[in-house]
This record gives sequence, structure tokens and C-alpha cells, in this order.
Amino acid sequence: MGETIVVTSGKGGVGKTTTTANLGTALAFAGYKVVMIDTDIGLRNLDVVLGLENRIVYDIVDVTHGNCRLKQALIKDKRFSSLFLLPAAQTKDKTAISPLEMEDLCDDLKEDYDYILIDCPAGIERGFHNAIAGADKAIVVTTPEVSAVRDADRIIGLLESADLRDPKLIINRIRPRMVKDGNMMDIEDIVDILAVELIGVVPEDEKIIISTSKGEPAVMDAVSKAGEAYRRIAQRIRGEEVPLMNLEVSNPIMETLRRLIGMR
Amino acid sequence: MLWELLYRLLGRNSSNPRIDAKERLRLVLVHDRASISPYLMNRLKEELIQAISKYMVIDEDGMEVCLDQDDQEVALIASIPIKMIKRDYMDNIHIRESS
Repeated sequence: MGETIVVTSGKGGVGKTTTTANLGTALAFAGYKVVMIDTDIGLRNLDVVLGLENRIVYDIVDVTHGNCRLKQALIKDKRFSSLFLLPAAQTKDKTAISPLEMEDLCDDLKEDYDYILIDCPAGIERGFHNAIAGADKAIVVTTPEVSAVRDADRIIGLLESADLRDPKLIINRIRPRMVKDGNMMDIEDIVDILAVELIGVVPEDEKIIISTSKGEPAVMDAVSKAGEAYRRIAQRIRGEEVPLMNLEVSNPIMETLRRLIGMR
Repeated sequence: MLWELLYRLLGRNSSNPRIDAKERLRLVLVHDRASISPYLMNRLKEELIQAISKYMVIDEDGMEVCLDQDDQEVALIASIPIKMIKRDYMDNIHIRESS
């Protein structure tokens, strides 16, 4: 019996789709059977981030409307044979599926897959309620900005009133240099305010842009810092205890001095 | 004074964006969370009545509980008319203290 995890945020553009794609890929790489569901009907993007846009035949609305069988709509990933995508419909809107249909869909998938990751649309309307309907657990993605954290707080409240208790927090696109200079909020500031458990911190990384351009998730890139952060989050989802990434920036002048006087 | 001068010479502003952000966020969330549910206010009111009724008799109909907000803070304002203070409760405390 698998587990359904919804990836949500409230605010758009904080990295829900990137997070879903990377965690799905990392879990499949670790040998698990994984399905990612794009619930952003009308504005689908998970297919593009994964580089699977040319393989779509059927979508989630076709499944719930009975135009095809569930297995026919699942697209197998290019890299991992245990990773699948159920794409959103592009020409319909959020009312094309109901929370009840999502619940049934997730129940069906849980029988055959270890992890079902749901990519939630931005906002708190119908799309959000569809996305969380079949979820057992929730991951909230935010960036270290006032607007994103504010929306994350609202989402955490809504998740809890929908009985999705103890959501886990990912702080995305942190810039260690700017934090060190006192120009943006730090991890502890955000965790302190939101009072939820942190499951990972992802540094700002240009490799993410490159990976999105190519349609290859950054977890496959051994030198990408963001990729490394996502691999660690995937390990924590599997229940392993791994330390947070060291994001400390060193001062180059001080480093040189220290090396010169033999302190390291 | 000297530090202030030094800071100004080094071109640093006394305001720290990180602290500004956290403080603004904290305030905006107090407002956001406060405006969420009348249901919560009602429960708070009921529990207040329960707690206060142990000590005094209050006029429940004349009771007002609300959140007062301005730019700097949010305060819980309660106006609770007292009908009578319970004498037996005072006595109980005396007995307990003297024993």
C-alpha cells in the first residue's frame, strides 16, 4: 500500500512543480514505484519539466471521465521505468474533476505504487481542494520571502482544517550569501514563524534553470547543489535521517588568511 | 555614538532587511490569523466565561470580546460586566491557605 503526498504552497512560482519532479525522480532512482500527478488543469507544466510533453495521449480528465483506462494515461519516464506521470488536461478547467474523483484515483494508484506525488496548483480554490483530497501527507514549499511565507501560513491552516496535520516544510531558493549579509530571512526565522517541521532546504541554483531548459530533473546532476538538496529530502521522505546541507558561505579573504597562517 | 559614526562611514544602514522582513511577516500573520474565524472567537468567549465564572458572577449578555488592530499590534479587548464577586470562593482560598 503506497503513500500519497501533495506538494503545495499557496503562492505560485515558488517551485512546486520543480520539487515534485525532483522528488519523484529521486524516489524512482532509489528503486521505488512512483506516480506524479499534475493537478494544475488548464496550466499543466510537470510534463515539460520532466521532458515528457511529447508523449501525452490521455490526461487526468480522460481517466475520471472514463475515456480511457488509468494505465493508458500513465506516461512512463524516459530515464526510470518505475516512474510515471499522470498529466493534467490543458484545455479544461479545475472543475473538470472533483475532490471525490481524486480520492478514488489516489486509492487506485496506491495499490500499485509506493509513492504518489501530487503537484498542486497555486491558489486556495477548487484546484487546491482537488489536489489535497486524496493526500495522506502534505509538503509545503516556500521561498524566504515575506509574501511566500505568508501564503504558506495560510495553506498550513487550510491543510490542518482539512485534517492534513503536521505538513512538512521545504524552504526553496535560499541564498546563503544574502542571508549571511542580513539581507533576507534565514531558515530559523521561517521555521520559527510557521512552527512546522522542516524537511529540507534547497539553495538557489542556476542548474535548476538549465535542467528545466533541458527537461531533465536536477537530481540527476551530480554536481547540482539543488539536486543534492532534493536527494536528501527524498531520503527523509523514506524515513532516513540525513543532516541538512551545509549552506554556509566562507569569506574568501578570511579563508586565504587562515590558510596562510596554517589554521587549516 | 562612535559606532553609529563608524556604521555611517562604512555605508551601512541601521536597518537590517532580514529583521525587517521577519517583523513585517510576524505582524501580517497576526492580522491574517486573527481575521480567520468567528468560530474561534466564540470558543474563546465561552472558555473565558467558564474561567471567570469560577471567581465571579458576570453578565454574559453584556460581555464583549474583540480584537483591536492597529499598524503596530493586535490586542484582545474584553469588556466583562461583573454582577457579583463570589464570597465562598474567597473563603475557600482562606481555608486552604490557613490549613
